[in-house]
Amino acid sequence: MALDRWIALILVGICLAYGYTAWFTMDAGLAPFMKRNPIWPSTFPKVLSILGLAASCVILFNLEKNEPEVGDIDYRRLHEYKLGQAVLLLTLMVIYALSLRPLGFIGSTMGFLILGSAILGERKWHIMVLVAGIATFVVWYLVSQVLGIYMRPFPSFIGG
Amino acid sequence: MLEGLLIGLQTALSLQNLLLVIGGCLIGTFIGMLPGLGPMSIISIMIPVAISMGDPSGALILLAGVYYGAIFGGSTSSILLNAPGVAGTVASAFDGYPMAQQGKAGKALTIAAVSSFAGGTIGAVLLMIFAPALSSVALLFHSAEYFALMVVGLSAIAAFAGSGQVAKAMMMTVLGLILATVGEGALFNLPRFTMGIMDLQSGFGFITLAMAMFALPEAIFLVLKPKVIEGDGGEIKDLRITKDEAKSIAPVIGRQSIQGFFIGVLPGAGATIASFLGYAVERNLSTKEEQEEFGKGSIKGLAAPETANNAACTGSFVPLLTLGIPGSGTTAILLGALIALNVTPGPRLMIDQPQVFWAVIMSMFIGNLILLILNLPLIPYIAKVLSVPRNYLIPFILFFTLMGAYIGQNNATELLMLVGFGVCATALRFANYPLAPLLIGFILGGMLEDNFARSMQLYDGVAFIWERPMTLGLLVLAVILVILPSFRARRAKLKRKGVADGD
Repeated sequence: MALDRWIALILVGICLAYGYTAWFTMDAGLAPFMKRNPIWPSTFPKVLSILGLAASCVILFNLEKNEPEVGDIDYRRLHEYKLGQAVLLLTLMVIYALSLRPLGFIGSTMGFLILGSAILGERKWHIMVLVAGIATFVVWYLVSQVLGIYMRPFPSFIGG
Repeated sequence: MLEGLLIGLQTALSLQNLLLVIGGCLIGTFIGMLPGLGPMSIISIMIPVAISMGDPSGALILLAGVYYGAIFGGSTSSILLNAPGVAGTVASAFDGYPMAQQGKAGKALTIAAVSSFAGGTIGAVLLMIFAPALSSVALLFHSAEYFALMVVGLSAIAAFAGSGQVAKAMMMTVLGLILATVGEGALFNLPRFTMGIMDLQSGFGFITLAMAMFALPEAIFLVLKPKVIEGDGGEIKDLRITKDEAKSIAPVIGRQSIQGFFIGVLPGAGATIASFLGYAVERNLSTKEEQEEFGKGSIKGLAAPETANNAACTGSFVPLLTLGIPGSGTTAILLGALIALNVTPGPRLMIDQPQVFWAVIMSMFIGNLILLILNLPLIPYIAKVLSVPRNYLIPFILFFTLMGAYIGQNNATELLMLVGFGVCATALRFANYPLAPLLIGFILGGMLEDNFARSMQLYDGVAFIWERPMTLGLLVLAVILVILPSFRARRAKLKRKGVADGD
């Protein structure tokens, strides 16, 4: 079974869960006066769940004839691409998200940019530090001073 | 109309707004040139900046400038490197790249710039004529018609936007609508589908979703498969074109401006379809000897797609500004930005906030002019961005994606959602699911439900569907659009490898 049909299977699951909530559990907490309304909070989701289920079943059972098409990247040969780098970068993004508050903007951003290029295979550390440092400071200055959005620059124990 | 024009000029010619147009065009050209980064990613990265300016006309002017710049930048890399940065400029490479190989890169860029300028300008004139007319018709619409119109728009997008697979595009639209129902809506004051998670109380962030759908997958694709860029396109010199050449491309520009504009107006069809169709039409119209030239460096073959894609970009603003219904991914992102700035595009826009409407039109003229006189001489220098090593480029793209989601909400959970959605979006792209319909569905979802609820309440049930003939007509049209999958095969052929979804 091709990837698009596996995804369709997941989507069927999502639509079923969504539909179950819309049809059976959502209306339980509805205030009595709202029940006289022609439209309930669940009306629109009910329609959507049916449409979604229909569309995902069409894909799942391959009812719409089309020849398999290879996209920009052939996922069947994913290991031939630089999958490791991509996964590492995504992990780095998650770490960045978690460290932004405790480490402060400047520290975590510099770390992100330096490690990001290191993952991609860059080894000229002095240039990387310089580029990351300048970029981090410029962005921090623009966002917090020019746009006026507060971002804690330093780690919390310094009290930034 | 004259009064409106003057209001627009007054707003657009303020120093700040002029700087915004110039900045937007430059940034757009700069990033649009990078292969793989389409206008949608650039605009979604720029949105937080635009929103935090707080001035709707300024924001829209900036974003429109970025949009034009991105298309222009995309044609530059198509011509110089045969590496289109944007799907809408793939057709420009057919004849632009052979010209560059023959040492006529400068001439090709000039033709591209002149045709883009003409396409954009004529498009803006047509917009000025058609938008007010359309919006006075739109004022007669009830919420029932609005509901039906949005359904038509969404199904047109599903029918045209997918790479030939209507079911997938429709599924993505419905998924977008489903995502839009998460959170607490103004309509019922009741949290829906939040699963008790507090962070979902206000629903998914639109910027987060836009970044996750476009910018992040494109960056991941760049990591997975480094694009090989061959050659440097030679030295760029001799930007002049002769009188004869000007004479031969003038009718092409005239025809394609009008054709491109009207294709751009249709929901779902955009710059990409307009440019391919423009190329094909001009090829059929030209003489036998000229037809031989097509594909080998014909100036007509370059002028046609360049004119058409810019005219189509302008045309896509018509449904956005008059009906408040975006026809393409890019205009959907603009719509989201406008809503965040407390402006509701639609037929009332021209009456309630004429300065926004007219300033955008005026800034289109100014933006096109700037692309012609400022960007063209700078192109040899801007093209240097193509030599930035990807080891530095990719972390920065990822960083700006994260920053965009963060400064909008100031919430680190948003970043985790961004990564999560980004991974899902990448998987969806692997399987050839179109992502633009998802975002359009998400943005239109709230409005669609509001109008649906309002007409249900007015007619005390679904009677509005058959009691209002226009609503019924539009809904029937929507059904036909989904069921009649006529344009599929052609669209699938247009999609080529290694190109970002253009609009």
